[in-house]
Amino acid sequence: MTERLDGPKVPPATTAGGAATGPADTPPKKRRLGPSPAVAIAFLLPAALLLGIWVVYPIVYSIIRSLFDAKGSGFVGLGNYATIFTDGGMLTTIRNNLIWVVVAPIIVTTIGLIFAVLTERIKWATAFKLIVFMPMAVSLMAAGVIFRLVYEQSPDKGLANAILTTVHDTFSSSQGYPEARPREGDQSPVADQGGAVVTKQPAQAGQPVLIPIVGVKPAVMPANAAPAKAPQPGNALSGVVWFDFTAGGGGTSGQVDGTEKGLPGMTVEAVRGDEVAGTATTAEDGSFRFEGLPAGSYTVRLPKANFEAAYGGLSWLGPTLITPAIIGAFVWVWAGFAMVLLAAGLAAIPRDALEAARMDGATEWQVFRRITVPLLSPVLLVVFVTMIINTLKVFDLVFIIAPASVQPQANVVALEMWRVSFGGGNNQGLGSALAIFLLVLVLPFMIMNIRRFRRENT
Amino acid sequence: MTTATASAPSGAPSDATSGLGAGAPRRGIAGKIVDRLGSGAVQVVMVILGLFWLVPTLGLMVVSLRTNQVNSAEGWWTIFTKPAELTITSYKNLLSGGFSASFWNTVLITVPTTVLVIGIAAMAAYAFAWMEFPGRDTAFLVVVGLLIVPIQIALIPIAVLYGNVGIFGSIPGVVLFHVAFGLPFAIFLLRNFFVGIPASLLEAARMDGASEWKIFASVVFPLGKPAIASLGIFQFLWVWNDMLIALVFADTGNQPMTKYLQSQMRQFGSNMDILSSGAFLSLIIPLILFFAFQRYFVQGMMSGSVK
Repeated sequence: MTERLDGPKVPPATTAGGAATGPADTPPKKRRLGPSPAVAIAFLLPAALLLGIWVVYPIVYSIIRSLFDAKGSGFVGLGNYATIFTDGGMLTTIRNNLIWVVVAPIIVTTIGLIFAVLTERIKWATAFKLIVFMPMAVSLMAAGVIFRLVYEQSPDKGLANAILTTVHDTFSSSQGYPEARPREGDQSPVADQGGAVVTKQPAQAGQPVLIPIVGVKPAVMPANAAPAKAPQPGNALSGVVWFDFTAGGGGTSGQVDGTEKGLPGMTVEAVRGDEVAGTATTAEDGSFRFEGLPAGSYTVRLPKANFEAAYGGLSWLGPTLITPAIIGAFVWVWAGFAMVLLAAGLAAIPRDALEAARMDGATEWQVFRRITVPLLSPVLLVVFVTMIINTLKVFDLVFIIAPASVQPQANVVALEMWRVSFGGGNNQGLGSALAIFLLVLVLPFMIMNIRRFRRENT
Repeated sequence: MTTATASAPSGAPSDATSGLGAGAPRRGIAGKIVDRLGSGAVQVVMVILGLFWLVPTLGLMVVSLRTNQVNSAEGWWTIFTKPAELTITSYKNLLSGGFSASFWNTVLITVPTTVLVIGIAAMAAYAFAWMEFPGRDTAFLVVVGLLIVPIQIALIPIAVLYGNVGIFGSIPGVVLFHVAFGLPFAIFLLRNFFVGIPASLLEAARMDGASEWKIFASVVFPLGKPAIASLGIFQFLWVWNDMLIALVFADTGNQPMTKYLQSQMRQFGSNMDILSSGAFLSLIIPLILFFAFQRYFVQGMMSGSVK
């Protein structure tokens, strides 16, 4: 069952349609006993009829239809084509397709190549290839739903932002308390100073610094916050940052009462003059302690960053990132295709050439760059061209992943064609022009295919 | 949406069947240690990359097994700490709605299309491979050219045509559209395979006076089984997964799963139960096919096409 994704052992020449019986270049020229052309026509007729009516006739029809207006009665010449290149929304659409065509094939081919090379170095290559190749079997509709989930805005629901915020918080530990502020008033030991909170009196070791905070929204209160507790005065500068608010009333302002919660994750700085002499982070009960600080008096400060909203990740499905986000889903779908083709190509490279180069003292990178890649270039080209054609036609992923409100910013030609013709636009003249535009875009590759086929079969 | 490149990756010498692990040359002990460390790093990187490809689908599955309330409150990965939350409510909701009908529509569209494409393409491919008629080579080049025609080109003309004939919105209309756009690749794939059948077999049959139809049915078709299997699985998946053709040509009563689920996308949050379970059910059959016939799947792809 696994022999094919194990593919490197099978050279592509025999994996191809020709299979074991050999490649397609053995033209049956010396036949004598052939049937009459009439029999041949009979065998071809069903296919010819279907292709004629459903594929060839529509090309002619679309060319003509594209020269007429929405209703199909008024001749507008090249007016619909002019619309494609002047209308603002259309230009966004074309710009997006341009981004797709330039970016996506390069990423897919590169990742496919990296995967193909790396799979040669692990024992569980077959399992890896199965996993990466799997999205190829899944509908783009389902892939779209999968990535709508991945790209959910809230880090509590969307995997992408959950990973981003986790990574971000690992390197920057501050827990955000937006809109929280110091308790104001003459009695209060602290005051607001340009967004930061500072102690009014200089603090020394041996006397706990009390920093009462109010206005902490329930939503941002960390789940692990414990009842506030001032640390034992030791020989280090220490104190407590807490939410000076007792639920249901009661409690004394500016004093740590029994049920009041500490504010964990606050960054606390000890400042002398204009210099930050020490930094600490509050514990679950809101306590902090500056270890190894020279004796003396300091101003204790909670920097402004504590009171900014916590990092929430990126808005993947917003107007700016939507196209890169969808390209990410596209790469997820197609990397397996690139990998399998390139792995088969790699397996076909003669080992002798690589060994000889290594014997001559070439580094692995030189071997890769000078021998592997050039020998692989025909396969790389096939993968690359296939991806270009795919990106030109991309439709499902954009339609499903981009939320309705962001579709104008995520639009691509294939989607716009459907939208103006069937999805409410009701302008089949413009739709036909877009279809012809798509056909013209793939035309060079069509010609390339025909040329290559002729070359290989003569 | 068939994208095809007219050639299998070529230039592959057939002597390269040797094992792959033998890539790194033998070196001294220091070299071996470096290799070992490097290989450890590669292992770690590959595990992470593998997770990147596996986890999104896993997420869909977990989401489909939880209620909307739970899904709107927390990420699916909390399942590892609260396994008791799993339920099949979403699937019950899904199957009591319009999904079951759309599932059968998908089957009713996919199976006939696959059979028709194989039959019609095999006949044409046999003619291209083993019969002489004027203009044969040119006609085949046209087929090669049609390989990558975007289906968008036919949406409007065929919608108008179907409207006139009266099959717009019907399943036969959807099937015929799929068959026509499946043919270029199918003919291309099968013709290239049939050409490789030994001429002696066919000549012997012709000498014996067998009719062309007999030769096709009892010699060519059976010998072509590997290629037909590749084609079949490809065609099946392509049609099963299609959304665009269904959006245009299938009306609500005849809509396949993809179109049904698309119609639920507008309220993504509140329809999460239906969307996740529906998407998961829709991908189960392709995945089973993929794992069972993986070999043919990759063969079909290698011979120059992708969906």
